[in-house]
Amino acid sequence: MAVWTGARRREAVERNGLAALLLAPATLLFTLFVVLPMIEAAWYSVYRWNGYGTPTNFVGLRNYWVLLRNGVFSTALFNTALVVAVSLLIQLPLALGMALLTANRFTGVNLFRTIFFLPYILGEVVAGLIWRFVFDDSFGLSHAIAAWLHVDPPYILADPDLAIYAILIVVIWKYFGFHMMIYIAGLQDISREMQEAAAIDGASRLQQLRHITLPMLAPSIRLSVFFAVVGALQLFDLVMPLTGGGPANATHTMVSFQFVFGITRMDIGFGSAVGVVLFILCVGFTAAFRRVLTRTA
Amino acid sequence: MATPNKIVTRIATRLATIAILGATFGTAALPAEAETTVRWFMSESNATETAWERDLIKTYEASHPGVKIDLTVMSGEPYKAKLTTALQSPDRPHLFYTWGGGVMFAQAEAGFLKDITADMKGAWADSLSSAAVDGLTYKGKVYGAPTRLSVVSLWYNKELFAKIGLDPASLKTYDDLLAATKAFKAAGITPFAVGGSDKWPLNVFWECLALRTGGKEAFLAAFNRTGAGFDGPDYLKAAELTKQLFDLAPFQKGYAAMTNPQAAGLFGDGQAAMFLMLNVGEIIQRTQSANQKGLEDRLGMMDFPTVPGGKGNGADYIAGLNGFLVTKDAPPEATDFLRFLTSETNEREAARRGFFIPAAKRAETEMQDPFYKRLTVQLSGAAYLQNYYDQMLGPSVGRVANDTSADLAAGRMTPKQVGAAIQDAWELER
Repeated sequence: MAVWTGARRREAVERNGLAALLLAPATLLFTLFVVLPMIEAAWYSVYRWNGYGTPTNFVGLRNYWVLLRNGVFSTALFNTALVVAVSLLIQLPLALGMALLTANRFTGVNLFRTIFFLPYILGEVVAGLIWRFVFDDSFGLSHAIAAWLHVDPPYILADPDLAIYAILIVVIWKYFGFHMMIYIAGLQDISREMQEAAAIDGASRLQQLRHITLPMLAPSIRLSVFFAVVGALQLFDLVMPLTGGGPANATHTMVSFQFVFGITRMDIGFGSAVGVVLFILCVGFTAAFRRVLTRTA
Repeated sequence: MATPNKIVTRIATRLATIAILGATFGTAALPAEAETTVRWFMSESNATETAWERDLIKTYEASHPGVKIDLTVMSGEPYKAKLTTALQSPDRPHLFYTWGGGVMFAQAEAGFLKDITADMKGAWADSLSSAAVDGLTYKGKVYGAPTRLSVVSLWYNKELFAKIGLDPASLKTYDDLLAATKAFKAAGITPFAVGGSDKWPLNVFWECLALRTGGKEAFLAAFNRTGAGFDGPDYLKAAELTKQLFDLAPFQKGYAAMTNPQAAGLFGDGQAAMFLMLNVGEIIQRTQSANQKGLEDRLGMMDFPTVPGGKGNGADYIAGLNGFLVTKDAPPEATDFLRFLTSETNEREAARRGFFIPAAKRAETEMQDPFYKRLTVQLSGAAYLQNYYDQMLGPSVGRVANDTSADLAAGRMTPKQVGAAIQDAWELER
């Protein structure tokens, strides 16, 4: 590569030119709809602004200060952390288990995979509304179950202390199929010979799982952890139809908090401050995650 | 293997095809754009009324060729959420439903509304209640036309009162109401139906009590920042009294996840003794009930009880008005349609059908509904009408007020914190 021939250089220039041409639309859209709004949000966040006209009422860091003192925001942060924890500790192991069960070909395997994957295909709002009926203790499924068991229905969505658990159940139900699919794809990449060799050498199924399957599945697991955490940080559209953040603002996530307290209250400056905090959290997680990845890889 | 150049050519061809297709559809859509479309956003009060509004549109369109009215109907809370964003878009509605108050002031202040003072002057303005027109006026400019007045009453189920042997007329003071609530609880009857997930129906309890404890004087002092704030003694007293009722667990099970229409249905089905609601409660307890008839002659109505020693007058009411605001850049047809919509003829018709208490002065005589007739008399004889806090205090503080009541009901806030939270938010509004 020390000396380039003229033809090679021309080829490289052409290739780079084409790359630039093909990247341009994506870069433009990304700048327009991601980078610029980020910068704008940071700018709005130091104003008291109701979203109408141009912001003029400069308040410095007051929005951030109000945010830190806001009890609902702490709840939203806690709930988001809860969603992350449940995603990682319950949803992913469940998805992995399902993937291990359905990775091998057997009769009816596609039916099971489809059933497990179906919730993921449903729109978030649709899923939220369906579960609202399920949890409806006056007429819904939980009412019927409670009546059958001769107990009082729990009115889970109406209980500020319990409603978040209802949301967690729906989150697990909705997304484990997606992670299962990631794992199935990963499992199919693991060479059969290696597993057979291990089996011949007398490795038990558990040993095979621990020393072959899981290490070989690491890239898929990293990917699914990443999706689970980023998805949890952005959780919004399941929450709105289920509880709308209520009762008593007990089930807000970061994003539903931002929507309800920023947009519907016409307090765009405050909402932007929430957005900036959310952005920092997302970027912080991604950076930390990448560092862990490069260290382990 | 395709070379990069060939790929580029292929992409270019695709793009060209898309462009041509787009142009074809664009042309096909042209004739439709030649007529004027008036976009109208409505917060639905009930389906029967919406059906009537669609009929009005047909009537108007028939006599105004070239004008199309595009009605978008939403339910209350989603409507308020959507409106904020919709107003900022160039495709904003030309006409939209409003509760007036601080939310409207913010919209006017931001320059989103159209001044229709000149259009209204004369016969149109004269036909409407001047107090109602004032309600849609900001800094001397009229931005819309009122259609209806609303007022909060305590609706009740006569049969359930009879069942526990209680005379509704005996509920004079708030203590009587608390005693009645306990009596209903003891008899296994749900005392109140409330749509807790909408939050404002819970706030109405606090509003009614604040009207009795501090009344006009306390509100104006806090609102104009001339005296004690929303954390002052009268408001503290109101929150304490609200808590006394909330502590009795007076609502249906699962109330915190139910919307106002759901609660109205429950009341209409005879499953709760009382329903503290605007006059529209009379209609929605019917339309939301299982048999579509509601309580019929079992329905009763009374004023919210008084609080002995409070500064408020018994003839004060929590009341409001609704109308439609015109947005900037709306075509003249929007104003013209609004003139038609709020005309005396249509207001009379709405009154006759019992949809609402009309804002048109001479339409009241058409009212058939005995409750609405009584409310009209009350409104005209009222000492003070207090607009809803979630409208008066503006979009942000208003929501805080609603939140505090929901938190008070959930036992997550003390009466002292209620006042402090509202006053804190109010301080930030300066």
